[in-house]
Amino acid sequence: MSTAHTNPETTGHGDISTGVAGGDSNASATRITPGNALRPEDIALEVRTGLVKPSEDIAEYALRLGDDALILAQRLGHWISRAPELEEDIALGNIALDQLGHARSFLTYAGAAMTNDDGSARSEDDLAYFRREHEFRSVQLFEQPNGDFAATIARQFVVSIYQYLLYRRLTESTDETLAAIAAKAVKEVDYHRDHSAQWVLRLAGGTEESRKRMIHGLRTMWPYVGELFRDDDLTQRLAEAGAGVAPSSLREDFDRLSGEILAEAELEVPDVPAAPGGGRYGKHSEHLGYILAEMQVLAREHPGASW
Amino acid sequence: MSPHGNPDAPASTATEINRDAPKASPAPQEHHDRSAWGLWEVFVRSSRGLSHVHAGSLHAPDAAMALRNARDLYTRRNEGVSIWVVPADAIAASDPDSKGSFFESPQGKDYRHATYYTKSEGVKHL
Repeated sequence: MSTAHTNPETTGHGDISTGVAGGDSNASATRITPGNALRPEDIALEVRTGLVKPSEDIAEYALRLGDDALILAQRLGHWISRAPELEEDIALGNIALDQLGHARSFLTYAGAAMTNDDGSARSEDDLAYFRREHEFRSVQLFEQPNGDFAATIARQFVVSIYQYLLYRRLTESTDETLAAIAAKAVKEVDYHRDHSAQWVLRLAGGTEESRKRMIHGLRTMWPYVGELFRDDDLTQRLAEAGAGVAPSSLREDFDRLSGEILAEAELEVPDVPAAPGGGRYGKHSEHLGYILAEMQVLAREHPGASW
Repeated sequence: MSPHGNPDAPASTATEINRDAPKASPAPQEHHDRSAWGLWEVFVRSSRGLSHVHAGSLHAPDAAMALRNARDLYTRRNEGVSIWVVPADAIAASDPDSKGSFFESPQGKDYRHATYYTKSEGVKHL
């Protein structure tokens, strides 16, 4: 810390942004500054004060993206204390926390168009902890088991490229809140993309064992790739209105970006039959129920508890 | 056995168990050589435009991953705008035991400080 600089406002923190300054009543979902990025609390404030209220379509769309991120965060969080090395433990934990942040923003926004049974507004916690399995809208890839490290990297490889392409386009959404969430998220998932690509290259080019596991990981995750890019009435309506992105329109770029890394790793695009999917309509693989049980048990045992 | 099962050999029904199907992933090797990941020293330059300062060390398989690990470990709270990583064994360090001959000889040599000298008359801006 420079001793010549004794401005009381910066003493102790220097130029490090703590993000606290953004929590005032002037906060806006569309105000993005380098050290003061949009936080879920800012969206919650805008929702409470009635500044933003998503349409039913937008809320459902936000719910989908929020559930994707939430389930992935829960999955990745399981690696904490279990990763092959301490450094990788922290890397995966960081990625999980980024995803949790995206989930909080999307779910807070989605909840603004919904009410609980008792008429109160739906918070991010209501959506995360008090919905049942068939009410979750995440696609099935996100709930797939961590498997070994290579399987997790394979899932990250697919997810991070998909989310990067999606959020990049969503920054141009006509819905200002969605655009603002995406603008913050896209920088983070761009790093996730780099992280997974680095590991795909290393595992594929490492030992015979690591290469075999990387191939196996990709093959176990690839059946769930198709579901990511499936259009339906909702995405079509939102894409026409300019608020959302048609998933099918991301496929070409996904194939190109994933293909480049796989080619560099001298891996083939897995040729495996597609899973039926249906996560967007509440049809999930057998794995989601176990994730929810673990994720929701505390909040359900002690509703409203805080610590 | 992988929790995913084997994509190359789909799950069979109870009546036709495919006992010959290859196991999805072999048992992990018992010996795990932890020294395979080298030690790297991390230097971070803060956004205030000062020089790179030693922040700590970490393990990484190569330089590219060391930079990424450093980003995750040492710039989580917006601490920096630039990172250097150096293999720990590439650093030559002074011997802590030779403190006397190495670092104590300047003591008492106050003529090496500007304050030792009296200001000459009429010299401005000193």
